[in-house]
Amino acid sequence: MRTALFVTCLNDGLFPRSGQATVKLLRRLGVEVEFPPAQSCCGQMHWNTGYRAETARLAAHFVKVFGEYDAVVVPSASCGGMPGEAYERAAETVGDAGLARAVRELAPRVHELTGFLTDVLDVEDVGAYFPHRVTYHPTCHSLRAAPVGARPYRLLRAVAGIEFIELPAQEECCGFGGTFSVKNPAVSGAMNADKARHVLETGASVLAAVDNSCLMNIGGRLAKDGHTVRTMHLAEILARTRADGPVLDLPHSTRELTR
Amino acid sequence: MSRTFVGWPAFPQAAAVATRDAQLRANVARATGTIRAKRAKLVAERPDWEELRDSAAALKDDVLTHLDTYLLQVEEKVTAAGGTVHWARDAAEANRIVTDLVRATGEREIVKVKSMLTEEIGLDNALAAAGIDARETDLAAAIVQLGDDLPSHVVVPALHRNRAEIRDIFVREMGRHGRPAPEGLSDDPPQLAEAARLHMREKFLKAKVAVSGANFLVAETGTAVVVESEGNGRMCLTLADTLITLVGLEKVVPTWRDLEVFLQLLARNATGERMAPYTTTWTGTTPGDGPQTFHLVLVDNGRTRALADEVGRQALRCIRCGACMNICPVYERTGGQSYGSVYPGPIGAILNPLLKGLDDPQTASLPYASSLCGACNDVCPVRIRFTDVLLELRHQVAEGDAKVKHPGEKAALRAVGAVMEHPAAWNAAIRAAGKAGPLIPKKKLPKPLSGWTDSRIVPGIPKESFRAWWERTDGGTE
Ligand code: SF4
Repeated sequence: MRTALFVTCLNDGLFPRSGQATVKLLRRLGVEVEFPPAQSCCGQMHWNTGYRAETARLAAHFVKVFGEYDAVVVPSASCGGMPGEAYERAAETVGDAGLARAVRELAPRVHELTGFLTDVLDVEDVGAYFPHRVTYHPTCHSLRAAPVGARPYRLLRAVAGIEFIELPAQEECCGFGGTFSVKNPAVSGAMNADKARHVLETGASVLAAVDNSCLMNIGGRLAKDGHTVRTMHLAEILARTRADGPVLDLPHSTRELTR
Repeated sequence: MSRTFVGWPAFPQAAAVATRDAQLRANVARATGTIRAKRAKLVAERPDWEELRDSAAALKDDVLTHLDTYLLQVEEKVTAAGGTVHWARDAAEANRIVTDLVRATGEREIVKVKSMLTEEIGLDNALAAAGIDARETDLAAAIVQLGDDLPSHVVVPALHRNRAEIRDIFVREMGRHGRPAPEGLSDDPPQLAEAARLHMREKFLKAKVAVSGANFLVAETGTAVVVESEGNGRMCLTLADTLITLVGLEKVVPTWRDLEVFLQLLARNATGERMAPYTTTWTGTTPGDGPQTFHLVLVDNGRTRALADEVGRQALRCIRCGACMNICPVYERTGGQSYGSVYPGPIGAILNPLLKGLDDPQTASLPYASSLCGACNDVCPVRIRFTDVLLELRHQVAEGDAKVKHPGEKAALRAVGAVMEHPAAWNAAIRAAGKAGPLIPKKKLPKPLSGWTDSRIVPGIPKESFRAWWERTDGGTE
């Protein structure tokens, strides 16, 4: 099975650690991913703002880069959802039937990371070790648009040493919404403030999610207010093993200490 | 003249003001939180909830597909039952019809049953201009009217007001429009309800003309249906001599059996009750029982425009239960008036542009008044896919016929897209970003991105991108 990593443009430029963690994790599970360097962006920002012609161009580019692979793994629920949710409609809008056909054919092979782990590789315990107090924000995309369901929770609960705390009001949006955060900064900021407050209520030292965009939003707020809670893509937690030990500058989970 | 939404600022500006209003935010959060919890409990009681939603959506789609046939059936049945049917293309026509009908009765003070359609068309002001005082009798609608306020919710128009504010409005205003509030009125809900009861009873007993909306029109018999909690509506619907009912074209259901589906959904989803306390139905006129003159005004006012929109027409399935606004995290923080329309929240964000078009900055801002979180998709009893419609409307603003355009944004996104399509250019851009990282101000971005840094910092850009790492380490193997 030829498997490609679509790291996403955000992770490529801003969160390379999440991409590296994904590679490390998959390799440990016996999957050697390729990284086609011609890849760029899924076009989500264009699509969500209404620019379908541009989305169709990026869809065509996506097909060109990834069309030959048996599986494409994406460490992002929102970017990973684009081929299935948007590309066909974008292709239709510009009247490109060939592209519509191509994306229809490719979309089922594009997998968000947690779905790839649990459904394709059929693993839940990925052999991870993370002795810290963690809470998890189910991003709207992973919750409702391309639902990953309980998968991330199952993966997290199987991590050795972890102390997992449920996030209060977790199903509520963090207020990011792509260009929403720029077009409606006041509302977006108000939503984010409540999300950040709930994160603090858990007492967790790490906030995890499957979308770095939302983590960038919540983390940006926490940092602005001077809080030390760290935001980490779920892949970064799952990638760590006992050989890596605890993260040095993070407090240990109480569970680990009482052992 | 009472206040209207005419000339209202675009959503981002209105919302920025609203989110700073701590009292408003507390009122809206408390009210929506309460209804949300009640709704969730009652919905969970029904094992067939999802099937009911499927049926409701399918029924409404059937109605919308054959709207002409059903409306003619309504006209025929209502006429046969002794009513008179009028057709109004737009707000002005509807207001003129109603004003003429009231004038013909010679009455100067009439009562109203809560109706969002009459708010939509600005009927109260039209009647006032003709010297007719139309008094609201729904408690929440009366609070809005007495306070010279604007509605903020389709089920509870005064949702943004807390009881202390309501008490102040009653004490200040009731005396100017009839029986004053009792001496020493407190903000205890039973006391407030009693004050409203006394104030309104006078009006019910005096009024000869009532104006109402309707939740449904049953085509097979020409029956109008009003669903309410207080019984004030029923007072108007039964005590007046003349009843004038305004209904949007889309409110038809084919048969009584179909009505069953909607009545099971509506109260649970709207107020968290198993059934609405009062469901009033009437068919034309009945000699010696209830109003002896009945007029039905069927109002278009943009509905056929919405119907022509392939993706957007699903918004016409709406039964105005309010669940989408109760669940909406944006609505919770801005309140309903920020949407600049009697239809706020997710349904407002799509319905207003569909009814009015996207040619002015206020309506064109509404499709962007959403983080696309999709919480509304999950609660809508008629399965409106808000996120699909929002994206479609954004597309119409960005690339379609809408007159409001964002040329700067379009150029910027095109430029980014062009780079993204070309591997070499994109590769260079990502590498350049790492170099430029230290130069980017983390605490204060320039416009148009400055909103981001109002409440957040920007993450640092790592020196080494993922692709650079991959190349340097051969995919992490070195
Ligand atoms: S759009 Fe759906 S949820 Fe919103 S008010 Fe209408 S019926 Fe209710």
